[in-house]
Amino acid sequence: MNNILVCIKQVPDTSDVKINPETNTLIREGVKSIINPFDMYAIEEAIRLKEKFGVKAVALTMGPPQAEAALKEAISMGIDEAYLVSDRAFAGSDTLATSYTIAKAIKKIGEFSVIFCGKQASDGDTAQVGPGISTHLDIPQVTNVKKIEEINTTTARVERMTEEGFEILEIPLPCLFTVVKEINEPRLPSLKGIMRSKNAKIQLLNAAKLDIEEDRLGLKGSPTLVSKIFSPQRRKSGEIFTCAAEEAVEKLVNALKNYIH
Amino acid sequence: MNNNLNISKEKCVGCTLCVKVCPFGALSMHEKKAIVNLELCTLCGACVEACKFNAIALKRERSGVVDTEAKGVWVFCEQKRGVVQSVSYELLGKGRELANKLKSPLCAVLLGHEIEDKAQELIHRQADIVYVVDHPNLKNFLDDPYTNCLVRLIKKYKPEIVLCGATSIGRSLISRVAVKIHTGLTADCTGLDIDEHKKNLLQTRPAFGGNIMATILTPNHRPQMATVRHKVFKEATIKPDHKGKVIKENFDADVYVSRTKVLDVIEEVTSTVNIAEADIIVSGGRGMKGPENFKLLQDLANVLNAAIGSSRAAVDSGWMPYSHQVGQTGKTVCPKIYIACGISGQIQHLVGMQSSDTIIAINSDPHAPIFTVATYGIVGDLFEIVPLLTKKFKEALNR
Repeated sequence: MNNILVCIKQVPDTSDVKINPETNTLIREGVKSIINPFDMYAIEEAIRLKEKFGVKAVALTMGPPQAEAALKEAISMGIDEAYLVSDRAFAGSDTLATSYTIAKAIKKIGEFSVIFCGKQASDGDTAQVGPGISTHLDIPQVTNVKKIEEINTTTARVERMTEEGFEILEIPLPCLFTVVKEINEPRLPSLKGIMRSKNAKIQLLNAAKLDIEEDRLGLKGSPTLVSKIFSPQRRKSGEIFTCAAEEAVEKLVNALKNYIH
Repeated sequence: MNNNLNISKEKCVGCTLCVKVCPFGALSMHEKKAIVNLELCTLCGACVEACKFNAIALKRERSGVVDTEAKGVWVFCEQKRGVVQSVSYELLGKGRELANKLKSPLCAVLLGHEIEDKAQELIHRQADIVYVVDHPNLKNFLDDPYTNCLVRLIKKYKPEIVLCGATSIGRSLISRVAVKIHTGLTADCTGLDIDEHKKNLLQTRPAFGGNIMATILTPNHRPQMATVRHKVFKEATIKPDHKGKVIKENFDADVYVSRTKVLDVIEEVTSTVNIAEADIIVSGGRGMKGPENFKLLQDLANVLNAAIGSSRAAVDSGWMPYSHQVGQTGKTVCPKIYIACGISGQIQHLVGMQSSDTIIAINSDPHAPIFTVATYGIVGDLFEIVPLLTKKFKEALNR
């Protein structure tokens, strides 16, 4: 069994984001950064497999230098080694350039039996980078994994969440899983882990250290381009009934009945 | 560095407009002039547009050459157990509009086993061409053969646009296809249009949980690929006299090989409707006080033909299965009507449902944040109000 890898992303804490009521834009100042919520489940699952097989659990993130904090938090939970993929040349990467860069970084770090990603990141919501990485690495994948039923050194049997329920799939290793919340309950960092994370050395992988084509990096390597950013139309303020229940319900049913078929 | 953002100290008047519009918090004021933190900047260009003094210069160099030969608007038509999913009809509806603007054919792609009879159905939904690949390994969705088939079709016929539902299958499949084709993919578009001038696909999507909207282009690569969630666009109307042709494709055996194997498919949706596809969702939160009280919501849902949703609080308390969870770590939904009962409306919940057409909030706390997004709200005891609603709707709708 080779080591286990988890790919994580640092995102702004949504619960901390406030909207400027005048401009209707985000106030990002002073907003905390956290590990993407879905990635917490990926970290936990990586640590569980590491414990089961006695291998190492490695974490990787791509982002600005301050994303190091996310890796340190992962170490405090039980991750053994962490890599920060960071370079100005990566700025403006869309999901294609991001998954290409991460796949190249993974090849640089070594061989892994299982790669975990969260289902999607809370800031971009694309759910594209995980499948992108597995495609660049040419390994099989299962997305939306809600349970690993069984895993040995060559194959895994997992449950994949679907709209109607779930599917049970068999997949050979090495492979990539994106995970949903139902898979586990992430542990809290231990005191020992926190101490360890303080002294842990995060290894930096910049463009020069990776075997990559410059044309495929960052903005230049990104087929998609943000051409405009604007505020969504604000909802008109609603009608709130504070009258007696019977009367309020009557009003509501009258307002809605023609829209229900 | 080829790509860069420069702020001219001479032209900047210190108005702070750029700082306010930056979605990434990369701009700040220093000695009354705007400065950029390039570590946070993603070169998105929002500030360039906002600056009224032309003080910000953005240099973006890009690779790729646009294939002018590419033609046709494609819709990947997802089928499950041989049934074409409604999101595919919605994409055909929008696809028809785009194809007309481009004067291009609208094409449907259908992968499955013994599904050929569905091709005619897609022509009735206004597809001009239906590409069908029929093989036993395509019966259920599998990442490898589905990816291989779609990639081969795209390489052979060179469409200019490929649309796909943002379903669990769609998201898994289309990300892989985009990487193999080496083109751009925009997730969860809520608006699609054609730029009259350059004929590019304008892909508009919410970012940061719907707090800002971004219009995205794939200017130099073809096809331009996008996913769209359920219920965003209207279904293509059925036109029984619409003419179209069916093109059957077959590939070498290795194209259908799958590294993963489906052992079992389990359906466990407890209510009759799945929340991603529902027109109406009745949703309950911490205010429901216990699992037994969801029966009240079920009664209302039965009258309205609605699905049952839930906040994270109710799922974490074990009152409802995770598959019903709406919000950041659950599902994002946009039904016609969303009825939130006893849900306070934390931002993590709001990002999952605030694009619903009509939002009804029922909560005893008049200051609950859910009321800020509500179209209609009732302040009061849900245990009194919900049964009343059930009764009144039953009367009003004759059910």
